[in-house]
This record gives sequence, structure tokens and C-alpha cells, in this order.
Amino acid sequence: MFVGAVFFPLLGAIISGLFGRLIGDKAAQWTTVFFMVLAAVCGVTAFFEVGFGSAPRTEVLFTWVDVGDMQFSWALRYDTLSAMMVGMVTFISTFIHLYSVGYMSHDETPSRFFAYLSLFTFMMLMLVTADNLVQLFFGWEGVGLASYLLIGYWYERESACNAAMKAFIVNRVGDVFFMLGMALTFYVFSSVEFGAIFAAVPQHVNDRFLGLPALELIGVLFFLGACGKSAQLGLHTWLPDAMEGPTPVSALIHAATMVTAGVFLMARMSPLMEYAPVALSIVTVVGASTALFAATIGCVQNDIKRVIAYSTCSQLGYMFAAAGVGLYQASVFHLFTHAFFKALLFLGAGSVIHAMSDEQDIRKMGGIWKKIPITYAMFWIGSLALAGIPIFAGYYSKDAILEGAIAAHSGVGTYAFVCMVLAAFLTAFYSWRLIILTFHGAPRADHHTMEHVHESPAVMLIPLLVLSLGAIFTGFTFAPYFIGEHQAEFWNGAIFNLPAKHMIEAMHHAPHWVATLAKTVALSGIVLAFAIYMGAPKLPAKVAGAVPGLYRFLLNKWYFDELYNWLFVQPLRRLARGLWQTGDVRIIDGMPNGAAAITAGMGRSAMRLQTGRVASYAFAMIIGLVVFVSLFLLGR
Amino acid sequence: MEWKLALPEITLAVSALIILVAGVLPKRDTSFGVTMAVLGALLLAGGLVLAQGEGSAFGGQYVADSFSTFMKLLCLAGAALGLILALDWNAKQGIARFEFPLLVLLATIGMMVMISANDLMSLYMGLELLSLPLYVLAAMDRDNGRSAEAGLKYFILGSLASGLLLYGSSLVYGFAGTTNFDRLADAFSAQQGISAGVVVGIVFIIAALAFKISAVPFHMWTPDVYEGAPTPVTAFFASAPKVAAVALLTRVLAGPFGDTVSQWQQVIVLAALGSMVLGALAAIGQRNIKRLMAYSSIGHIGFALMGLAVGGESGLRGVLVYMAIYLFMNLGTFAVLVAMRRNGRALEGIDDLAGLGRTDPAMALAMAVFMFSMAGVPPMAGFFGKLYVLLPAVEQGFWVLAVVGVLSSVVSAFYYLRVIKVMYFDAPAEAFDVRPASVSVVLAGTGLFTGFLFLFPAPLLAAARAAVVAILGAG
Repeated sequence: MFVGAVFFPLLGAIISGLFGRLIGDKAAQWTTVFFMVLAAVCGVTAFFEVGFGSAPRTEVLFTWVDVGDMQFSWALRYDTLSAMMVGMVTFISTFIHLYSVGYMSHDETPSRFFAYLSLFTFMMLMLVTADNLVQLFFGWEGVGLASYLLIGYWYERESACNAAMKAFIVNRVGDVFFMLGMALTFYVFSSVEFGAIFAAVPQHVNDRFLGLPALELIGVLFFLGACGKSAQLGLHTWLPDAMEGPTPVSALIHAATMVTAGVFLMARMSPLMEYAPVALSIVTVVGASTALFAATIGCVQNDIKRVIAYSTCSQLGYMFAAAGVGLYQASVFHLFTHAFFKALLFLGAGSVIHAMSDEQDIRKMGGIWKKIPITYAMFWIGSLALAGIPIFAGYYSKDAILEGAIAAHSGVGTYAFVCMVLAAFLTAFYSWRLIILTFHGAPRADHHTMEHVHESPAVMLIPLLVLSLGAIFTGFTFAPYFIGEHQAEFWNGAIFNLPAKHMIEAMHHAPHWVATLAKTVALSGIVLAFAIYMGAPKLPAKVAGAVPGLYRFLLNKWYFDELYNWLFVQPLRRLARGLWQTGDVRIIDGMPNGAAAITAGMGRSAMRLQTGRVASYAFAMIIGLVVFVSLFLLGR
Repeated sequence: MEWKLALPEITLAVSALIILVAGVLPKRDTSFGVTMAVLGALLLAGGLVLAQGEGSAFGGQYVADSFSTFMKLLCLAGAALGLILALDWNAKQGIARFEFPLLVLLATIGMMVMISANDLMSLYMGLELLSLPLYVLAAMDRDNGRSAEAGLKYFILGSLASGLLLYGSSLVYGFAGTTNFDRLADAFSAQQGISAGVVVGIVFIIAALAFKISAVPFHMWTPDVYEGAPTPVTAFFASAPKVAAVALLTRVLAGPFGDTVSQWQQVIVLAALGSMVLGALAAIGQRNIKRLMAYSSIGHIGFALMGLAVGGESGLRGVLVYMAIYLFMNLGTFAVLVAMRRNGRALEGIDDLAGLGRTDPAMALAMAVFMFSMAGVPPMAGFFGKLYVLLPAVEQGFWVLAVVGVLSSVVSAFYYLRVIKVMYFDAPAEAFDVRPASVSVVLAGTGLFTGFLFLFPAPLLAAARAAVVAILGAG
């Protein structure tokens, strides 16, 4: 069961990927769905078994590396943290597979798509069940590879290829830090296995590396690695562009896999991170800043998927901020609930795009809520959960994070709190801006498109319905276990908190005004959105016209892409061109070419020696003889 | 009776006289019959060489050992294959005279005497017996200006070399008091220092022998003579006499002058370096394939000299293996050159081979095998030849020789591979005339040897080792 949950998707990917042409597209896609269902059954069972019953366990598959001091195996580590991730990933991925059957029905190579999708899931499962850093890195890289393949799935589109490359390259930047962190961990602990590392952490608290505290350095390096995968401020640029992939891919990347890897890493490394307070402060600040930064951009984007993409970026910021103040439980809880409502929102967006004949620009939508009522309802549920309205899943997790930030009683905690409250307001605002522009008002699409607006088929709606149940119920059902009174038994040591900090307790004793404030800003954001976009549809354009600088600044995503282009891409291209033209053409090619030219020249001179005159030949012989005799006599 | 030891040479000499008489008396053209008779005599001599015992004769002038057996067999094979190649070519070229096979036979006797020489006098006699027929052979196509020029050039320079040899021999005799190799060896090993006169004598002798094997700087005659002489004659020049002269050089340097190794080693190293480099460089610009082969042979001699310079059992074994492989791949290549004839006219340009891969795939394949082998590409025989001289050079620390050897081998690969490129990738020229059966036989034999030696190299290696042990033991 534990092994099956991880390897069934791989089996599906192999069958669909290698034998897809043989067995036909229909068979291939249903094969992957079948194996995903099996994996989900195993995964969810494993989650309940480990989370609510038996002790953590490790399934050793076989020894992988045994070189000198370095020794580790392929092994599946099932504690509550990874079991929760396995259950969540397989569950959501299964419904995304199912949804894709409908969504990709007009595609030409569905077997390839489904093979990638299953591979992606497998790699994520490998990542979360790893029991050592190297295996985690295998999954980490595998997820990067699969995301590259999926984002660039429509490889005939140049923009898709560029987005795929951008995602891959930006992720590689993060990976470098991860690798450095991994190397430094091995240097300090002489092991890459989690059990050995975590047990040894207290003995290495005062270790230093290059004059810096070693644990802090490891923490920062891992966080920078996580920034790449989880699209935190600085390395976030790939995430919005990843929208070039088919919508189910966006759902998978944003909800269950890939971007959550960084958050997972923070929770997984909690026994180490807890001893690195400075690194944690950095995590908090960057996370909170990302939350606010992404929310500001989300307010002005016009692509339905981009708005949701920035909301993901923003919500990931919340998770990191929570991890930074030591509330890994709340962080992972938000990850868990977010997975459901974000998958719901993306699949809902896919349903809208499907209905609108592949239109993604919300300025060309509107007035369709009566035609696709189920999708419309799903969007409401997803947005309510995202905004953190009580009863809905997001409320419980987001509330816990806000309370945790204030309860940290530190400068960075307060900064994070302010950022996140503002972000919560903006989140509610742009969510309803999106709903109103998409579904309400006068239709702005052309007549032809409007005629074709239709509700999606059942195979797409069923996943939406299931996920909407998750978006409603996962919050208050699981809150007592993730962050409530049962959390200690539930986590069972999978997440470590310094005994002195008592963050969970402090969070529960946070002032009441915090929860009230959170609800208030969320509701006021919704109200403001209604007031502006329903009441005064002309106002946004006027506001944008009044502060054109700010508007353009936000619309262009704080000019991050332009900055990176100027700072890294252009100089690197110049360097590469220099290396190519000077290094390769002149030196690398020049040396053999030059040697050949010299040889040819010497050949011509050697030929000229051959005059054809007997006298000169005889003369050469005599000269040679004289040289030899002199050599003899001198050499004696 | 000790003269029985020299039975192969005596048999060949007697048969040469008989065949001469038999060939000159009839009024009609007897060249074919004479060739066959000479081939028979060579075959007979080969059998006698194999049956030959060991020992010395004629007052220590003549020696027979496994070294002489090895080398003589190579020479006999080279002479026989050269004769076979000439059979058809001479007839088509209109120079089929019965003297041709007889001259080859006489030269072969000279080579065998050289190989068995154990005295400076028999050395000189053998060398002259070889050289005089070669001068005539080079000018065989006497109506052709270039052939006559080749013969004359070879004669003049060859006389110079003979003079050097005689002068060197007299110097050695004057200072050592003997011409016998065994006694010379005794004298040098007993003496503490060696007088300058002997040293100069040795250099003169080395120079004369270096002329025969066309080592730099005594190589100048080679391209002109190779180009001018009739192709089968060139094939003969480049094979058997080279082997004989290398054998003589080896015996002289390892035998009587073996104890003065520190004196002559530097000179051989220089000659080897010069030959390898010149052979590689000067061939690049050649358009005439016979000239190309001339420089190629200079380069190959450089490699053989490398083994000689390194010395010792493994180094000398490398020389013998190299010469054996060189003999066969060289004759194979010349078999292709002999077959280069279009509309009755003999061709010598590299470009004339264009498209041979399509017009005559079998011959092109054989040529490709020879070219790869000459370039030293595994698993062809030539690779192992180079391997067995480079390996001792590296082991004994002759780094300069080894590095220059590898580099020049890389450079020479350029022109060998260009031949292959011309054959397989250039636009096909008109097909050659039908290739004579005699050429096909030589091509097949040498091609199989060159291509598949790597499957059973043991007999060759064992024979070479035995031969080396014989002269090192004697020295």
C-alpha cells in the first residue's frame, strides 16, 4: 500500500508514455486515471492510517549509494507529514487526471500529456516520501523536469517553449542553493539521511563554516532552494508564465505539486530550521513580502489564469511566513486547504476557458453566469475559501497564520502580520474583481463566442464538485488535528518545535481582535470589489488614469522581468556570445586550424627542399654526414 | 663442409646463370618463362633457407641464424611479390624483357648476402650486388626520360654512398685491425675508450646504410627515383631492399658496435626523428601517388629506426615486426598502383583514384585497408607495428621519440585518409582497365595479412623474438 501509492503513477506514466501509440489514446489516458485512482486509494488510506493510528514507518526499497562514509537507500518515509502530502497529492492529482480527460479531449497526443501528468505526480510523491536529502533532490529535480515538459507541452507555440525554459532555468537557480545546502549538510553531519541529521542537530548548534554559523547557513541555503520551487519573491518570475501549459497542468503545479515542495521542505527540515533563528526571520520577511507583493499585482492582471497564479504566489508567501515564525503546523495546514480550493479555482477557470472557446482575457468575458451556473458556484466557493471567510477551508488556516504572526511578539512577526492583513484585503478584492468581470455585467465577448458558451461535461464537473466539498469542509474537519488540541498526537513528531517556544499555545492565546480584523478586511475587500465593479464600472479606468505610473508598475509586475533581463539575461548573453566568438571560434577552433595551417606550411617548405638536382642531393648527404660526425666527436 | 651453409645463395647464383643462358638463347620473347623460372628459384631458395642450419662459414664471413632466416624469408617474399606485380605491367608497358626477373634475382642474392654478412667485406659485397641491379632496374624503361634520370641519379648517389661505406670500413679496419664482426665486438668490449677514427668509421658506415633505407638526411634520392622508375620497380625498391638494409643496419649496430651504443644512439634518434617528421610533412602536398609513397616509406623507416634507437630485445623485436608488416602493406598498396591504368595508359595521380569505391569496390576496400594500416588505425596490422615500437620507446623513456612519432603519425593520417576520401566521396572518374589476375592475387594476400593480422599475431611475434635473441646473443 505504502509503496503502491508512490509507484502506481509511475506505472501509469510508463504504460501511457511508452505504449501509448500501441494501445491507443483512449486506453492510455484511462490507464493513467486507473492507476491514479489506485494510488489515491492507497495514499488516502496511508494518510489516515499514519495520521490517526499507527506509528511512522519507513519502507526501505534497496541500497542506492554506499561509498565510504556516504550511505543511503531508496526508502519511503511515512510519517504524518509525508503521509498527509501523499494523500493530498494523489487525491487531487486523481481528479485533475479525470478532469483532463474532458479538458484535453480535442488534443492530438493525449497519451503523451497523461504520461507527463502521471510522471509529474510520481516525482512529487518521490519528493515527499524521501527519507534522505538525495532522494528528495531526485524528486525535486524530477518535478522540475516534468513541469518543463508540461509547461512546454504545446511546444509548437514559441511562448510555451519560452515559459518552459524560464521555469526550468529559474528553478535551476534555486536548485543550486539546494545542492549547496545538501553538500553543507553532508559536510556538517556526515550523513544525508533525515533520521541521522535530525538526531545530531543539537550537537552541531555551535558549528561554524567559513566563520558563519553552519546551521543558519544550511537553513538559508535550503530556503533559497525552496524559493525557486515555491516562487517566492525574487525567484517567482516563472510562475505566472507557467500559465502557458494546459490548465490542468496549472492546477497541478499550483495546488498539489511543485510549488508546495518548498513549503514541504521547510516543514521537513523543521528540526534543523528551529535552531536557525536568523534563517527563520529571513523566511518570514520574504514570505510576508511575497504575500503582499503578489497580491498587488493580482489586482490589475487581466488574464484569468494569471490572477489566480498571483494568488498562489501570495498564498505561498503566507505559508512561508508561518513557517518562519515556527508555526510549521499552520503552514502545512494552509498548504493542505489551499490545495483544494486552488485546484478548484484553476479547474473552474479551465471550465470558463473551455466555455469561452479558449478565451482567457477577463476583459472579453462577462454576463455568462446564467449560462454556466455550476462553474459560477464553484468559483464562489473557491474564492470564499481563498479570501478566508468563516466556515470555508481557507479561514481556519489563514486565521491561524495571522494569529501566529502576532503571537510571535517579534519585529518580523509584526511586519509579517501587517503585510498579510493588507494582502488578505487585496486577495478578497481581486478575487471578486475576477468573479464580477468574468461572470457579471454586459457580455463583452463577440456574438459567436457567446452562442457557444456551455456548461462543461460531467467528467469535468465531477472533479469540481468533489474539490468544492474539500474547499468547504477540510478547514473545520482537520483544524483540530493540524493545529488544534489533537495536534501533538496527530503529528507524532513529524514536525519539531523548540520546546521553549510554545507557538501553538501562543497562537491560541492571540488577541481576539486579530480574528475579527481578518474577517473584516476580507469582507470589506469583497464589498469594495462589488461597489466598484458592479456599482461604478467606469471607476477603475479613472483610477488607473489618475495614477498611471503606479498602474503600469503593477501591470508590469513591478518590472521584475525587465530587471532580470537587464541584470542577468543580457550580460549572460553577451558573455556567452563573447565565449562563443572568441573562446570557441578563435581559440578552441583556432588552435587545430592554426596547427593544420602550420603543418601545411611546413609541408610546402619540405617539398621545396626537393630540387631535383643531384648535386644538391649529394651536398645534403655530405652535410648530414658532417653533422653526424661532429655529433659523434662532440658527444664523446 | 661449411660452404653448405650458404646453399640458398649458391643455389640462387647458379640458377641465375642457368636462367640467363636459357633466356638469352631463344630468339623469341622469353620474359614470361624466365619470370616463372626465377619465381621457382626464389621458392626453392625459401625452402632451403627454412632448412638451413645455424653457424658461420667462409672463415667467419658468413653467418646463418634465426635472424637471417627471418629476414631472408621476408626479402624472398618481397622479391617474389614484386616480380608478380611486374609481370603484367611490363608487358603492357612494352618493357617486358627477360633481364628484368634476372636482375631482381641477382639483387635478391645481394640482399641475402647482406643479411648473412658477418664481416665488413661480405657486407660490402652484398650491398654492391644489390645496388648494381637496382640501378639498372630503375632505368629499365630506358626510352622514358624520367626512368633514365631516376636510374642515373640513383647510380650517382649510390656510388657516393658506396664510397662512404668503403671509407668507413677502411677506417674501422685501420683502427681496430679486423673486419670480422665477432672480433670487432671483442675489440670494442675490451677497449676502454674508443678512438676517434673508429667513431668516424662507424658514422660513415651508418650513413651508407641510411642511404639505402632512405633515412633523413640521406633520403633525397627517394622521391625522384620512386617517381621515375617503373611502378613495379618502385614496389620492389620500397620493399625487399629496405628490409635487407634495415636487417644489415640492425646486425651491425647490435653486433660489432653493440658496446658502443652510447656513441651511435644519438645519431639514430636524430635520423628517426627527421625521417618521421619529413615523411609526414612533405607528403601532404603531393599529387603523385608514387611520390607520396616515397615520403610514406621515409616516415615508416623513421618508425623502424625508433625501435633500433631504443634497442634491447623489445625495441629490436619492434623493428622486425614493423618491417614485416611494412613489407606486406606496402606491396599491397603498390599492387593497387600497378592496377591504375586507364585505356592502356598508366596513371599516377591521387585524383585518378576518384570514385574507385564505386567503380571497383573490392580494390577500393583493399586500398582502404592499406591506407588505414599505414595511418596506424586499429585493428589493421600497421597499428600493431607502430604499437610495438612505441611501447618500448615509452618504457625506456624515449619521450621525444614517442611524442614525435605519435604526432607525425597524426599528420600522416591526413594524407592517407585523403586517399580514402578521394576513393569513396569524390565524383567517380572513368573506371580503370580490367585488373590483371596477378595483381588480384597480391592484393588478396597482402590485404588479408594486413586486415587480419590482429587475429593471429603470435607466430610473427615469436619469430621476431627468436631472431632478436639470435643477434643479441651473438653480440
